[in-house]
Amino acid sequence: MKRAAFDNRWLPILLLLPQLSIICLFFYWPAWQALRSSFFLQDPFGFGETFVGWANYTRLWTSSEYLKNAGFTAIFSLSVTGLSLAIALLLAVKADTVLRGAKTYRTLLMWVYAVAPPMAGFIALILFNQRWGPMTDFFAMFGWDLQVRLDYFDTGFVMVVASVWKQIPVNFIFFLSGLQSIPRAVREAALIDNASGFSRFWTVTFPLLAPTGFFLLIINITYSLFDTFGLIDTILRNNPGDNPVTLVYQVYLDGFRGQDIGGSSAQSVVLMVLVLALTIMQFRLVERRIHYT
Amino acid sequence: MANVTLNQIRKVYGNGFEAVKPCSFRIEDGEFLVLVGPSGCGKSTLLRMIAGLEDITEGELSIGDRLVNTVDPANRDIAMVFQNYALYPHMTVRKNIGYGLKNRKTPPAEIARKVDEAAAMLNLGAYLDRKPSQLSGGQRQRVAMGRAIVRDPALFLFDEPLSNLDAKLRNQMRIEIKALQRRLGVTSIYVTHDQVEAMTMADRIVVLNGGVIEQIGTPSEIYHSPNSTFVASFMGAPPMNLVKAQLDEGTVRLDCGTAVMAAPAGRSGPVTLGIRPEDVRIGSGAARFDIALIEELGAHRLLHGQVAGQPFTVHVAKETQVSHGPQPIELPPAAMALFDTATGARL
Repeated sequence: MKRAAFDNRWLPILLLLPQLSIICLFFYWPAWQALRSSFFLQDPFGFGETFVGWANYTRLWTSSEYLKNAGFTAIFSLSVTGLSLAIALLLAVKADTVLRGAKTYRTLLMWVYAVAPPMAGFIALILFNQRWGPMTDFFAMFGWDLQVRLDYFDTGFVMVVASVWKQIPVNFIFFLSGLQSIPRAVREAALIDNASGFSRFWTVTFPLLAPTGFFLLIINITYSLFDTFGLIDTILRNNPGDNPVTLVYQVYLDGFRGQDIGGSSAQSVVLMVLVLALTIMQFRLVERRIHYT
Repeated sequence: MANVTLNQIRKVYGNGFEAVKPCSFRIEDGEFLVLVGPSGCGKSTLLRMIAGLEDITEGELSIGDRLVNTVDPANRDIAMVFQNYALYPHMTVRKNIGYGLKNRKTPPAEIARKVDEAAAMLNLGAYLDRKPSQLSGGQRQRVAMGRAIVRDPALFLFDEPLSNLDAKLRNQMRIEIKALQRRLGVTSIYVTHDQVEAMTMADRIVVLNGGVIEQIGTPSEIYHSPNSTFVASFMGAPPMNLVKAQLDEGTVRLDCGTAVMAAPAGRSGPVTLGIRPEDVRIGSGAARFDIALIEELGAHRLLHGQVAGQPFTVHVAKETQVSHGPQPIELPPAAMALFDTATGARL
């Protein structure tokens, strides 16, 4: 790497300033505000605040609603991440073997990527509409009376389905390009060394896809935790009632609807710590076992 | 060990391109056969069809009397060494070499023994626990060889295995591969575009051009009696001299009018005359060779110039004194070959 030296010591700072100001304005400052607010109890009308120490945090562990939503968030994230990765990988492996019309398949699988999350939620609402939704009719054939926004499990199920559907294209494209970057000769050597396609996939293809998979794992967990907000909000029509919500959605509910700034801040600090821990853990544990070519 | 029979094997790609025109030959048990030709001549396609990596459009392929047209590559009892090594980057050298055995349900103790044996044979003992990325090009090629050897297959396939190595290493590996093949006695098919590799390694050479077999023969046959002008100019460095000449009244004459040899009766018209640079005698004779450039190669010299207005090269021993300008040369009739100018075929 070439090292560049600046004669003027202010020039590099000037060049970095736009990026730095954006980070400070939209990340450090709000993060600091959240951290600070989480130790105070605010007046709903903004007339003042009282220092309450850890009370906002201890309140969380004793709230059955919070614990229930934390449980749902865990299940939701695991299902969305697991299913969208698994389905995308399957589709990518199948698309990779297609020679004719490959572009058409790719485009068909890709267009969903262009759908905005709230729109994905809206489409899910139409598909799962209780009176005339085609998916509702489909599940009715198996004797499952789907009731979105009335039944806790059914609502959660539709949220997972819509989120997975929305996330598959991104995963698919990354997996497909990952597959196509595996040298042809390596696959051919495996063809000669191993008669079983299943075993070939798990011993050669999959390990060589691991860097892509690891990257996608982090992207998908982040997506399922945070980016599904718009989708969930559309499905709940901004009115959760007794329906399942993720922790991020609860931050919004308590902070903006409930005017509980302190409690909401404490929740977002918990989420921040969670993401930080998750990322450190993944890099520590998983990266050691992954081969980067 | 096995022999391999190709019967009217043909390859046509989806876009209609005929990469290999129907071709038949047989490789004997333990033979080292080299497929040689310029790029795009179909030699790699032919090898890949034998390996099972490419479908055979038409014809029958047998390995050891078993028809294998529709048999999976893994079940053809073959091992292949690829041009860019094709090692599994996430496995250690030990696992790379043992992978094929493991998938064939070989007991672990036997895998370990065979891997150690192959590693010792290839001087890889110290590198068994390294990943391919930590090895040099030559070491990687050895690992690829090891992977083929441990399998103890009926047939070795080599797809230009030395073309990614530098010249010195290539010469060394060439000798090692040949020696190894002699020792193991495994039938081998070796694809290369390098005619030196073909000459030095082969028991028999198949020269391919444009999807057609030009000639099959021992290195000596290919070199000394080429079937066509293509073979004559492709094999040998420098290649055979090819000079336009006229055949009439039972005599072959150069364009300058010099009679050089008696010709078979019953033919007349233009012919191409071929002679190897080392078969030309310099210092006396009827023909004139105009020397323009002398290449000093230490052990011998190459003289480049013209005969009857056409490019010509003569190979002389280092003792022979030569200078630029016209020199008399003699073309011994026994060393000459005549080709049809239109078709390039030998007369």
